[in-house]
Amino acid sequence: MRAMQPIISIAGISKTYKSGKTALKAIDLDIRKSEIFALLGPNGAGKTTLISIICGLVNPSSGTVRADGHDIVRDYRAARAKIGLVPQELTTDAFETVWSTTSFSRGLFGRPPDAAHIEKLLRALSLWDKKDSQIVTLSGGMKRRVMIAKALSHEPQILFLDEPTAGVDVELRRDMWGLVRDLRAQGVTIILTTHYIEEAEEMADRIGVINNGELIVVEEKRELMRKLGKKQLTLHLQNPLREVPALLAGHGLALSADGQELVYTYDGNRSDTGIPALLADVNRSGLAFNDLRTAQSSLEDIFVDLVRNGR
Amino acid sequence: MNFHAIRSIYIFEMARTWRTLLQSVVSPVISTALYFVVFGAAIGSHMAAIDGISYGAFIVPGLTMLSLLTQSIANASFAIYFPRFVGTIYEVLSAPVSVWEIVMGYVGAAATKSVILGLIILATAAFFVPLRIDHPVWMLTFLVLTAVTFSLFGFLIGIWADNFEKLQVIPLLVVTPLTFLGGSFYSIDMLPPFWRTVTLFNPVVYLVSGFRWSFYGVSDVGIEISLAMTLVFLACCLTLVYWIFRTGYRLKS
Ligand SMILES: Nc1ncnc2c1ncn2[C@@H]1O[C@H](COP(=O)(O)OP(=O)(O)OP(=O)(O)O)[C@@H](O)[C@H]1O
Ligand SMILES: [Mg+2]
Repeated sequence: MRAMQPIISIAGISKTYKSGKTALKAIDLDIRKSEIFALLGPNGAGKTTLISIICGLVNPSSGTVRADGHDIVRDYRAARAKIGLVPQELTTDAFETVWSTTSFSRGLFGRPPDAAHIEKLLRALSLWDKKDSQIVTLSGGMKRRVMIAKALSHEPQILFLDEPTAGVDVELRRDMWGLVRDLRAQGVTIILTTHYIEEAEEMADRIGVINNGELIVVEEKRELMRKLGKKQLTLHLQNPLREVPALLAGHGLALSADGQELVYTYDGNRSDTGIPALLADVNRSGLAFNDLRTAQSSLEDIFVDLVRNGR
Repeated sequence: MNFHAIRSIYIFEMARTWRTLLQSVVSPVISTALYFVVFGAAIGSHMAAIDGISYGAFIVPGLTMLSLLTQSIANASFAIYFPRFVGTIYEVLSAPVSVWEIVMGYVGAAATKSVILGLIILATAAFFVPLRIDHPVWMLTFLVLTAVTFSLFGFLIGIWADNFEKLQVIPLLVVTPLTFLGGSFYSIDMLPPFWRTVTLFNPVVYLVSGFRWSFYGVSDVGIEISLAMTLVFLACCLTLVYWIFRTGYRLKS
């Protein structure tokens, strides 16, 4: 897998808008075939700008992008035919029907009409009973699905989902995750942005974190959580303390504000976690505790750390 | 060539016409019919014939041109302005289509509507005034050429405009005056020499003159010149369209 040519290859892409705002600073990134890549970053980090450049909606200030080997500017026809885009904003033709707008998209991307494919797509997105409804009569979540149907109408190899689950209820969000997994199983490469970290945690194979126009981390999700994730052991004391006892000073413990909890942070990857030594010292100091728990930091904690340090 | 894309845009745009039939076809027909009633039937009966043609019949080509021009511009400018305004343009911009395919789809549909409208107006006119068409092939040629040229011009306005006022301002302040002063309602030979010379700078004169020639065989300027002027204007619009898409002007940031 690793030796394969990347499906998208971004080299030195930067963007300064006319307003003088630099949204991206020399981004290099390779996306692998059939992976789910999650792009995370705070508001205004440059996620949409990057996607818009790849899809041909924004001209880059410098750099090149290749999609499945085709340069997106010189060989735009071949490149764009492979790409489907669900933009962040809900923009649809109000008075078109679901069926006609989806068929329109397929034609626009150069594919001959195929009623069977459109039907399959609308059924998969639970839009079949709405196929003759005007889009204006649909709910927000349905409109979002119509946009996904449009993006998939020409059977793209690469799908961009710019915040696909913003404003979508929990059940529908689960459905969408299922759909994305099915697509990946069919060999489609998916690049998504999201503000729901648990979404990236649940779905992504790899994660890129972008902040202030810079890609600060690109990592296998598991690797990222292993490398940057920390474990914590918390002891709930019977009697609150004012300060960490001198006997325990060498363990780097933190005392909670109410003095009820002692928190020990350690590296879960090391064979020597330091826990036995700590517990032995706690015992010797005569501290009584009535509960003990361990926790692993989530992708969210990692993300918050990364972005804070990047500022 | 992405024929499926051209076809999709064309069908999409034509579907919009049928949905808005009243606004697209019926209202221009009604307003033209009113012109014929007032200028043709009522006032025309008190006017002297021009070049041996009754006044009512004389104004038919000019009035048709007036509708053709305004409707071509209105249709095409709205067709491209509206997706830009609501944001659905993203799809066309991200699709594997070339400039010319986009233009063929949008301008083709707008011009089709205008030609249909022009023919309906001519049919309406035939109810009010005696109509004669000496050169039907030339008549259709001028009709199609004008519809295409001014749809293209409208397309340019639709890209240039960044608000609804700008969308209206050129048709209102430039096109309508030029059409009224372009010999729709009179022969420019009726003007004093000075104003006649000024009028020759008005491109609409050539359109109306050539179009009228295809009906009655009389014209203010040579038919070749009419044709050449129309083609020059078409070429200018095409050049501008090419430049717009090459630079992404008003379409991409
Ligand atoms: N058309 C534009 N003109 C000028 N500046 C822009 C334009 N589009 C985006 N920007 C700026 O570029 C920066 C990056 O914007 P972008 O939309 O890429 O962020 P994002 O990561 O997608 O944010 P969000 O999570 O809010 O969607 C922001 O500071 C934004 O204000
Ligand atoms: Mg965004």
